Amino acid sequence: MTALKNAVKGQGKIYNEPRPLYMDFQATTPMDPRVLDAMLPYQVNYYGNPHSRTHAYGWESESAMETARKQQVADLIGADPREIIFTSGATESNNMAIKGVARFYQAKKRHVITTQTEHKCVLDSCRVLESEGFSITYLPVQTNGLLDLELLEASIRPDTSLLSVMTINNEIGVRQPIEEIGQICRSKGVFFHTDAAQAVGKIPLNVTDCKIDLMSISGHKIYGPKGVGALYVRRRPRVRMEPIQNGGGQERGLRSGTVPTPLAVGLGAACSIAQHEMEYDHNRVSMLANRLVQKIMAGLPDVIMNGDPVRRYPGCVNLSFAYVEGESLLMALKDVALSSGSACTSASLEPSYVLRAIGADEDLAHSSIRFGIGRFTTEEEVDYTAEKCIHQVSRLREMSPLWEMVQEGIDLKSIKWTQH
Amino acid sequence: MAASARAQVISLYRSMLSASKKFPSYNYRTYALRRVRDAFRANRNIEDPKTVARLMTEGQQTLALIQRQVTIGKMFESQKIVVEG
Repeated sequence: MTALKNAVKGQGKIYNEPRPLYMDFQATTPMDPRVLDAMLPYQVNYYGNPHSRTHAYGWESESAMETARKQQVADLIGADPREIIFTSGATESNNMAIKGVARFYQAKKRHVITTQTEHKCVLDSCRVLESEGFSITYLPVQTNGLLDLELLEASIRPDTSLLSVMTINNEIGVRQPIEEIGQICRSKGVFFHTDAAQAVGKIPLNVTDCKIDLMSISGHKIYGPKGVGALYVRRRPRVRMEPIQNGGGQERGLRSGTVPTPLAVGLGAACSIAQHEMEYDHNRVSMLANRLVQKIMAGLPDVIMNGDPVRRYPGCVNLSFAYVEGESLLMALKDVALSSGSACTSASLEPSYVLRAIGADEDLAHSSIRFGIGRFTTEEEVDYTAEKCIHQVSRLREMSPLWEMVQEGIDLKSIKWTQH
Repeated sequence: MAASARAQVISLYRSMLSASKKFPSYNYRTYALRRVRDAFRANRNIEDPKTVARLMTEGQQTLALIQRQVTIGKMFESQKIVVEG
C-alpha cells in the first residue's frame, strides 16, 4: 500500500483549502461511480475499434456499443436501437438535426420555427440557415417561460420543415408542453425536434407518446461522461437528413467517425441507471428544491422565482434577488459553485437572453442566480447554501443605497437619474 | 451450517455500508450510504426466494463495484469540500 500511496496524484493543490460545494448540475454533472465502473474496462483492455469486423477486439467493442445503443439509450426513450446515432454531445446533435433536416428538404420547404429561449447551438444553427436563405421564426415565450400553443400553430406555414423546442430549459427549468406540441406538428406534417439534454433520464420521455421525430441527448447532463451524446432520428415516418460529418459511413451514414466505445458505454450506463433511479431521484430532488426555496424565501424578502412554478423540472431553480447584483452575489457565495444563467454565456456580462425573453426587468435579470440540484446533493449542502445566500444577500442589501431608498418607501421607477 | 437467508442479507447490508463509508468523495459517500439504506429498506418485505436470491446477487456485484470505486477515489484524492467540517 505504500507504493500506492506514493503513486497518489497530488496535483500540486493546496490541501488545506476546502473545495466549494457543487450546486451547478445544469452546467454539468459528476459521473456516477457506476458509469465510471462500466467504462474503465474499455479504456484499459477492451480497446478495439467497434467498426473492425475481423477480430475479437472489434467484436467485443461493437457488442458493448450495441448494448449501450439498444438496452440503454433506446430503452430509456422508447425508441428502436436503429434510431439512435451516437454523437459528440447535444450541441452536435442539435446542429445535425437542424441543419441536416432543413437542408435535406430545402427544395420545397424553407421555413424553420424555434423559440427565443433555445440553447445557443440551436439559435446559432438557425442563424447559419438564415444566411443560406432560409426563413426562421423565433417564437416568443410568455412570462412564465412557456410557449403559447395557438401562436405556435399559427406560425406553421405550408413550407415549414422543422420545429425545434427544448423540453426543459437549462436556465429556468421550465418544461414545455411537449405532448401537445408533438400533436400539433404531426397533424401539420412538420418534423418535431426537441433538445432534451436536461430532460432525458430525469422525467419520463417517450418518443412515440410525444410524437417526437428528433431528440438530442447529452451524456454529461445525466451523470455520464463528457464528449458523448446521441441523436434520436425517427424511422417511421422516415426523417431524412443531410449528414454534417462525412466519411466512412458509420452510424447509418449520418455521422461518420469511429464511435468512442468507452464513451458510448458510459452514456448507455448513465441512461440505464437513470431509468432505474428516475422516481427515487425525482422525489429527492423535488424535496431538496422545495427545502432550498422555502428557506430562502422565508429568510429574505423580494425574491422572485423565474419561470412557471408548476410546469418545471424541480432541480433547476432560478431566483432573482432584487436590489442585489448577480455577479457580486456569486463572488460573495464563493463556497458554493453556482452560476447566474447558462455556462456558455457566463463569459459575457450581458444578462441572459432567456430571462430577457420571459420579460424579466433588466435589473432583476442582472440579479439572478441558478441553483442546480442533482442526484448527489445532500440536505447539508442545501441548508448551507440557503444560509449563506440569506446572509450574503442581506449584507449586500445593507450596503446598497437602492435598498435604503426602497426601505424609505421611495418607488425606484419614479426616480429621475441626473447625468453627471 | 449455512447462515439463514436473513442473516446473509444483514451481513451484505453491513458490508455494503462499511464499504460505502470509505469513499473519499463527500458526495459519493453520502449517496452510497443513503442509496444502500433506502434500497434495503424498500425491499425489506420481499418473500419470494428467487427474487431475494437475484437481489442478493445484484447486491454482491454492487458491493464489488463500491470497493473498486473507493480504491480509485483514494488514488485520485482531492481536498474536502466546505460542508465536511
